[in-house]
Amino acid sequence: MEIKIYNNPINVEEVEQYVYDPNCGGIVTFIGTVRNSTKGKNVVRLEFEAYVPMAIKELNKIAETIMEKWPVKKLAIHHRIGNLEIGEVAVAIAIACPHRKNAFEACAYAIDTLKETVPIWKKEIFEDGEVWVSAHP
Amino acid sequence: MKIKIIAYGIAKDILQTKEMSYELNDDSSIGNLKNVLLEKYPKFEALASLRFAVGEEYQDDEFVLEEGSEVVIIPPVSGG
Repeated sequence: MEIKIYNNPINVEEVEQYVYDPNCGGIVTFIGTVRNSTKGKNVVRLEFEAYVPMAIKELNKIAETIMEKWPVKKLAIHHRIGNLEIGEVAVAIAIACPHRKNAFEACAYAIDTLKETVPIWKKEIFEDGEVWVSAHP
Repeated sequence: MKIKIIAYGIAKDILQTKEMSYELNDDSSIGNLKNVLLEKYPKFEALASLRFAVGEEYQDDEFVLEEGSEVVIIPPVSGG
């Protein structure tokens, strides 16, 4: 498995290439991109920050849980930090399994759990202000 | 005893600094620290959640701190 957090643009093809495995008949990739609006307000850009060493640890926990729960052969999670423009890729998760059903389930688990446990934060920058996403109920 | 507090995301904005050292009673727990912070910085109260990490792991309220502990404040995460 390959877990990475970095500032540079994510090359999705490279992430998928990493998990390619001749034993697998299904690769599911989730790509999280920067949306241009939230609740009707125009987003100018996003700023991501991470507590990197702990974020890597938490991503590894997710990966290990996935390897235990599903017959996953290969898995890659890349998360970007820093300033991102509209349409850029913030996260790419690729999972390869012998059969597609497991790959879909494992991929959904990966992104759902990432959003709950991994210490990464995003700030939405609007034309007239900025908001830390999900900070308030 | 003296501990170090490290803040990310909105916690950094609330503390108005990324890092600070803090004086606590000996044998204080994360729960004690949380109470002190909530009292001094009421804006933490409004957050959807407030977690703490020591040694790059989430720790619960009972976790006992020691001289020199580095405590990271983890406000609601929003990766992905």
